[in-house]
Amino acid sequence: MTAVLAAQGVKRRFGPIEVLHGVDFDLVPGQIHALIGENGAGKSTLMKILGGYLSPSEGQLLLDGSPVTFTDQRDAENAGILMIHQEFNLALQLSVEENIFLGREKKRGIFLDKVAMRAEAAELLARLDCHVDPRTRVADLSVPNRQMVEIARALGRNARVLIMDEPTAVLTGRETDVLLGQIDRLRANGTAILYTSHKLDEIRRIADRVTVLRDGTQILTREAKGFTEDAMATAMVGRELTDLFPDKTPATDEVVLTVENLTVPGKVRDASFTLKRGEVLGFAGLVGSGRTELMEGLVGLRAATGTVKVNGTPVKPGSVQAAREAGVVYLTEDRKDKGLLLGKDLTQNLTLLALDKFGSLRIDKQAEDAALTQAISDFDIRVNDRAMLAGSLSGGNQQKLLLAKTMLADPDIVIIDEPTRGIDIGTKQQIYGFIADLAASGKSVIVVSSELPEVIGTSHRVIVMGRGFVAGELTGEKITEENILRLAVGVADRIAETEPA
Amino acid sequence: MTDITASEPKPRRRVNLHVLGPVLALVALIILGASLNSNFLSYGNVTNVLARSAFIGIIAVGMTFVITAGGIDLSVGSMAAFVAGVMILSLNALIPSMGIGVPLIATGMVIALATGIAAGFLNGFLISKIRIEAFIVTLGSMGIYRSLVTWLADGGTLSLNFDARSFYRPVYYDGLLGIAWPIIVFAVVAILGELAMRHTAFGRHCAALGANEQVAKYSAIKVERLRLMTYVILGLLVGVATIMYVPRLGSASASTGVLWELEAIAAVIIGGTVLKGGFGRVWGTVIGVLILSLIDNILNLASIVSPYLNGAIQGVIVILAVVLQRESKSAD
Repeated sequence: MTAVLAAQGVKRRFGPIEVLHGVDFDLVPGQIHALIGENGAGKSTLMKILGGYLSPSEGQLLLDGSPVTFTDQRDAENAGILMIHQEFNLALQLSVEENIFLGREKKRGIFLDKVAMRAEAAELLARLDCHVDPRTRVADLSVPNRQMVEIARALGRNARVLIMDEPTAVLTGRETDVLLGQIDRLRANGTAILYTSHKLDEIRRIADRVTVLRDGTQILTREAKGFTEDAMATAMVGRELTDLFPDKTPATDEVVLTVENLTVPGKVRDASFTLKRGEVLGFAGLVGSGRTELMEGLVGLRAATGTVKVNGTPVKPGSVQAAREAGVVYLTEDRKDKGLLLGKDLTQNLTLLALDKFGSLRIDKQAEDAALTQAISDFDIRVNDRAMLAGSLSGGNQQKLLLAKTMLADPDIVIIDEPTRGIDIGTKQQIYGFIADLAASGKSVIVVSSELPEVIGTSHRVIVMGRGFVAGELTGEKITEENILRLAVGVADRIAETEPA
Repeated sequence: MTDITASEPKPRRRVNLHVLGPVLALVALIILGASLNSNFLSYGNVTNVLARSAFIGIIAVGMTFVITAGGIDLSVGSMAAFVAGVMILSLNALIPSMGIGVPLIATGMVIALATGIAAGFLNGFLISKIRIEAFIVTLGSMGIYRSLVTWLADGGTLSLNFDARSFYRPVYYDGLLGIAWPIIVFAVVAILGELAMRHTAFGRHCAALGANEQVAKYSAIKVERLRLMTYVILGLLVGVATIMYVPRLGSASASTGVLWELEAIAAVIIGGTVLKGGFGRVWGTVIGVLILSLIDNILNLASIVSPYLNGAIQGVIVILAVVLQRESKSAD
């Protein structure tokens, strides 16, 4: 079958720097072509070229076999090529249906045909198994549901080619299943799909073909059949990835953090747990189970009741500053909106949390500069230029910078929420190494994650949350995906029984 | 920072131009003024321009922090009139008990500063603690202060007692080593402001807050207190400006300080501070103030363009400054 959209020998330069060195890539109706590679490998650039956002510096695009030039992304959209972004393209203040029909509203005369739009929006969402009222404001939706709206919008435009940039990065396992099922159906209907993800098991599950990029070079394109996850990882990284997770150093018995009956109104009820010196404590649970809210309540970012004791001393509630002084810091899951100032340089980001360590009144800029040098080497942050903006770093390097910023406050207890979201496998391995080193050096770490292998691979002990409760705790051999899921879902069922809707 | 290889010299040169832009504009204005009128660079004219810039300048330095932290204050002009009114009424009321002398004027100054701080605190409290939009709060307080001063003056003019005024006059008209007091105060405020913006945690935190409030909050910055502080400092500086302003005319009325807020905001923007926050330059604001008052001065000295077009030219400059800012941004 001929390709509906293909790139031939596509190169792309930004200024003098070439980021894509001649890539051939084609999308065939009824096939899923996966594009994988580390952050900064050129995946986004290639996708943007195919989606009409960027033009190739050399080489050409073929649409149904004949050369084509897209002037902009709207031009590509008219040809039936739609891209779903990692960062959502939704107007938060508008409703779901308004977003789905944004730019192509149905009209009757000069007036909007709201009835028809609502019906069609509902139908599109139903196809996605997404139970959201089309009249809901997007700002009020959870992140996974926003993802579904984004996909519904693409479906509504009858896409022939769908370019999906890490659609499952923010989804839980169950939501991922729904999405993959939907992608399967789109494939059966003859849509050509470009799919990227850092989760290689998904690639193995749904891809027909796989292309691997590394540093802007096309390493290989092959049938997905028989391409193991290990082989994919090796092709992406260019070296053998031995064990992803480092060995765990045993924790001590000394309790450093005691949380008693912590309640975050509407989100978490009566959560109690302890954390020991040198321990990595995992927090698992479905999205919406209150993990993030619990941690934010613990460090004073949210109003909460209950007791938090560090080394036996109660911490003043509701104050991030007090928590920091007690040695507890929280590394947010949302590095772009809550973690880093993307428009500021690396130094200002690095020292923002621990600025008081750089001079009492006048900021010691030389010390700041030295701290940046140290952070770049300690955390292996790959920078082109020390004066660059944090927003110009790749996702993995942003995460390392955020980690460096947090560690500069010299905490004893580090809470890391989704330590590797949207990060390539090589950087993941490094971050797991940092976490293990922290614990081995006598600090205590809480890892909150939706990726079960990550929780299992890093933690000494795992607490499972379900709908705002601590559902249970697992240690040693008991830490398995099956046990975690059973706890997470078990509580959900029990609550459903006691609180009839 | 010298060890960085200049791999991308092109964008860097543009950024420099962006930084230099306001300075070049100021130099151009000075050359233009000097060539049009031989009196332009005379001691008298320079002192006159700088001393008159001082009121807006002192306020604009405070405004730089408010805008950098993502806020705005439309009430400063009315606030200045109100503070002036309160100060004059207090001075007049205190003359019988205190007599005319340094203690009287000092007490008046303290009252002016306290009134400014209180007014700024009220704005800041409503904005940071009650979480009402800065634009709305200060639009409201602009009307309130303006109306209060009109009411205090009963629709007319509040005049300082003649003898007290003669005693107080030197604060505007005299100086140190030939430099007028308002110019000295403006310079001190500007230097302290520049140091605070660039070299202290306060300035860094203001920029962080303006760039992204969430990141600031998650970085253990006391966001509410910081925002409140920017408005209190601005109120204090309005008080300082008023202390320098009252001895000039010795009166306050409903028309005192009209449009000062817009001039101050314009100066901040011309100076390169980003209106939506996240980046501020105090020295740029000083240049912005000077540019605005030089345009006024040149139009009055030279008769090529009517001085009535002053506002139009200033308007063009403000818009141009923002256009230049945007271009340099997309070049990054």
